[in-house]
Amino acid sequence: MRYRRERHHRKRKGRSLHGEAELLGMTGEPFEMLVEVGRVRQFARAVKSSNPAYFEGWEPLSSPTFLASSSFWSDPKNSPMLRAGLSLERVLNGAQEFTFHGPPPRAGTRLYVQWRVDKAYVKQGKRGGTMSFMEVVFEFRSASGELLAEQRSTVIETANAVGE
Amino acid sequence: MTDVGVPRWRSISVGEVLPPRVEPPLTITDFVLYQGAANDQNPMHHDTEFAVAAGYKSPFAVGMLAAGILADFAVQQFGAANIRRYKAQFREQAWPKDVITYSGSVVNKRTEGNEDLVDLELLATRQTGGVHVQGWATFVVID
Repeated sequence: MRYRRERHHRKRKGRSLHGEAELLGMTGEPFEMLVEVGRVRQFARAVKSSNPAYFEGWEPLSSPTFLASSSFWSDPKNSPMLRAGLSLERVLNGAQEFTFHGPPPRAGTRLYVQWRVDKAYVKQGKRGGTMSFMEVVFEFRSASGELLAEQRSTVIETANAVGE
Repeated sequence: MTDVGVPRWRSISVGEVLPPRVEPPLTITDFVLYQGAANDQNPMHHDTEFAVAAGYKSPFAVGMLAAGILADFAVQQFGAANIRRYKAQFREQAWPKDVITYSGSVVNKRTEGNEDLVDLELLATRQTGGVHVQGWATFVVID
């Protein structure tokens, strides 16, 4: 996704462009992803791995958090953050959860991906004022539709920057 | 691939502490390399001007970097093919020059269907003692 430097056009401070009810059930366009050997190795290096499982042969396993790179395969306009109209200066990554229904996908695996907004809610924060939460679930399936892996991504939008 | 050295079910005990891993101080280069590998274009982690304008003292660490290292730390013990679940929750921000220690322990052993599973609790801790990332992982273990 491409980040714009100017502030997003927003009507209300501390709120996402869409209301929580509007976000809930929102789905992304389906896309295909090929787990590529070079990307698998690049990712493993970036997370300081020296595990041969990620480097040996032409079909190495992918790292546990590798699926976080799926946006390479999706139109930037299909990003959940963009679609939800979140303001990037105040967006924090709350949590990321990966579930595998078998070993993580190997290089050479073609994945069929789609995301949906599973939860959207508002909480009162201690330092950052009102916090809007959005939980997006990405499903990664085989060509035959078998669910291979899931990624649950919790995004938080704070009312103010929360730096030290 | 065989996971050489992966412990067997019977040899794992609840409460067992994994030998911690300490990485060199964080650099913006680390953030950029991770962001390149993950297609994360958020300037907050490498563009000082952008981060300061947004109210931060400097660019701060991309949490998924430590989350990825923390997962790799657990995998080193229980095998790349055996991971079934990994969750990372982001606590306090980490900053360039921070030294992060990766640690964890076995908190549960259980059998689900015909699979023997171990649950781990994991931490990526700053040199201040503050928790940067908290993690949970589940692995299948061969009997």
